[in-house]
Amino acid sequence: MYNSIVLVKQVPDTANISGKVMKEDGTVNRAKLPAIFNHEDKSALELALQIKDKFGGKVTAVTMGPARASDILRECLYMGADEVLLISDRKFAGADTLATSYVLSEAIKKVGDFDFIFAGRQAIDGDTAQVGPQTAEKINLPQITYAEEIIELSGKTVKIKRKIDGGHEILSAKLPVLVTVIKTAAEPRPFSAKRVMAYKNAKSLTDLESMAEGNSLLYVDALVHEYTSNSLFIPTMTMDDLKLDPARCGVNGSPTKVFKVESVVLAGGNHVTVEATKEGIGGLIDKLMEDHILG
Amino acid sequence: MKIYSNEVFVFIEQRGGKPADVSFELLCKGRKLADSMNGKVKAIVIGSNVEDIAKETFKYGANEAIVIDHPALKDYLTMPYTSIMNKLVGEQSPRIVLFGATIIGRDLAPRVASNTKSGLTADCTDLQISDVTYLKENFKNILLQIRPAFGGNIIATIITPENPVQMATVREGVMEKIAVKNPAEVKITKVEYVPSEIDKLVEIVEQYREESKVNLKAAPIIVSGGYGLGNKENFKLIYDLAHILGGEVAGSRAAVDAGFIPSERQVGQTGVTVRPKLYIAVGISGAIQHRAGMQEANKIIAINTDPGAPIFGISHYGIVGDATQVIPMFIETYKNKLK
Repeated sequence: MYNSIVLVKQVPDTANISGKVMKEDGTVNRAKLPAIFNHEDKSALELALQIKDKFGGKVTAVTMGPARASDILRECLYMGADEVLLISDRKFAGADTLATSYVLSEAIKKVGDFDFIFAGRQAIDGDTAQVGPQTAEKINLPQITYAEEIIELSGKTVKIKRKIDGGHEILSAKLPVLVTVIKTAAEPRPFSAKRVMAYKNAKSLTDLESMAEGNSLLYVDALVHEYTSNSLFIPTMTMDDLKLDPARCGVNGSPTKVFKVESVVLAGGNHVTVEATKEGIGGLIDKLMEDHILG
Repeated sequence: MKIYSNEVFVFIEQRGGKPADVSFELLCKGRKLADSMNGKVKAIVIGSNVEDIAKETFKYGANEAIVIDHPALKDYLTMPYTSIMNKLVGEQSPRIVLFGATIIGRDLAPRVASNTKSGLTADCTDLQISDVTYLKENFKNILLQIRPAFGGNIIATIITPENPVQMATVREGVMEKIAVKNPAEVKITKVEYVPSEIDKLVEIVEQYREESKVNLKAAPIIVSGGYGLGNKENFKLIYDLAHILGGEVAGSRAAVDAGFIPSERQVGQTGVTVRPKLYIAVGISGAIQHRAGMQEANKIIAINTDPGAPIFGISHYGIVGDATQVIPMFIETYKNKLK
């Protein structure tokens, strides 16, 4: 039996971003962007589920994010996660990777009892690949980044194949260990229809609060009780629940600051227009040959 | 005002006893950054029998090499390398620490930043020293860490104004590697390493390097395809054109993600940075991440159906048209010229 904690992140779909979705301070206004489940985190979850399928154990998916990040926790449940945890607090806003890793490491200590921590190698919004290692350092845990395949798992030892610069290596690690996973490590399984039916109504505290706000006959405490007893409550932890140091959370705990943001000028440029005809291209080739670039 | 160090640390990466190019590139950059602070550059060399590498760092601008030499450090391992760097950075509190944005650098730098509570910016495309005013406060000698962000439509300048240590990773090929004119006298400081129990929790079972047959960096001509080609079948045209021109084939990240070409051929911020004589970009829109990897090319030809594609903004020649028509036409015309 092996227990895994999987760190997942909801990310803005960065394929379509313009200056319009940026706030004045230079941070992105995520509310305006479509939010998706970071792909490599999904592969990380899949790897944890495969271990569970083979050896038994428990898979807990953890995310830090705004209330709507509960969307991806529901997806984790659809795929097969046993438990989920939303870490959410307005005071976490503006966190850089250091502040994020502080919060996550404290949450991990709270969940406890794990053999593996899995995470995607990096999230597509920042591509930094920093949160995994930064979290591991805070809990003094060995790590294997860029993991591609679990070669062998027995007793308290795991052998993992990972990418290195210009090749691969196989590492043998004593558990517990933090593993960051690249996309090719595992193809995420589709949602189970049965699980979608079971969990589509799973709600976080914020979800229930807004339900209660809209209806004077509903009480948050009663709703939490009801959803918990039906296994449909997505537990939420705040800064106070985790007894965190406010100076290390959110903007306050983030040493990196966005000093300046420049929109890339997309138009313009003084290029020579070449007609898409034989003559046009012929002329271009002549010029390149003349300049000794071709031929 | 707080008094900070004016030293720059550069982590010198070695794989199988060979120093990584990116480390020397960073030494050159570190030299410039240190000069503008009247400071020094220290090369941090970790490995087994790495004295020669340590000596070589002076060619590229080091004032001092700190060497940690131990048989257990022959190959990179997270825990021992981290504990060494944590100790050095923690004790000496350099103003700047630079790492290559390689797999090793990206494994190590975040741990050191986490341990020393330093700011860290990944994959910078430029680094500068400047005095800045941030939230009405003045800061001296701040490292401007410049990188594309959020899908590449934005260039962000990141600073860590209130931290004594500023850390950044930089991709290979982004900074230039040029030997300095007046290298400093070799000064090597050895630091002891004693393996601890936690350092032994992870071991290397085996390691194999797949010598890449692809050498984009050395190719004088590169034909590069993007997502705009639509499918793998059309992407063959890129190979055809590269073949006839005697060039190498490359692609954008979108082309790699779509499975048109293997990732070792990716040009851009998260791929290879190239400076060929000729770069032909076909069906590539020209996001800043891609540009970061090819804009230094001597001549750039863009072929795209969208006349508004940003790639035209940095091209020398632009052809608006469908690649499936333009490339065969290009190949045929070129063949005729060769006759």
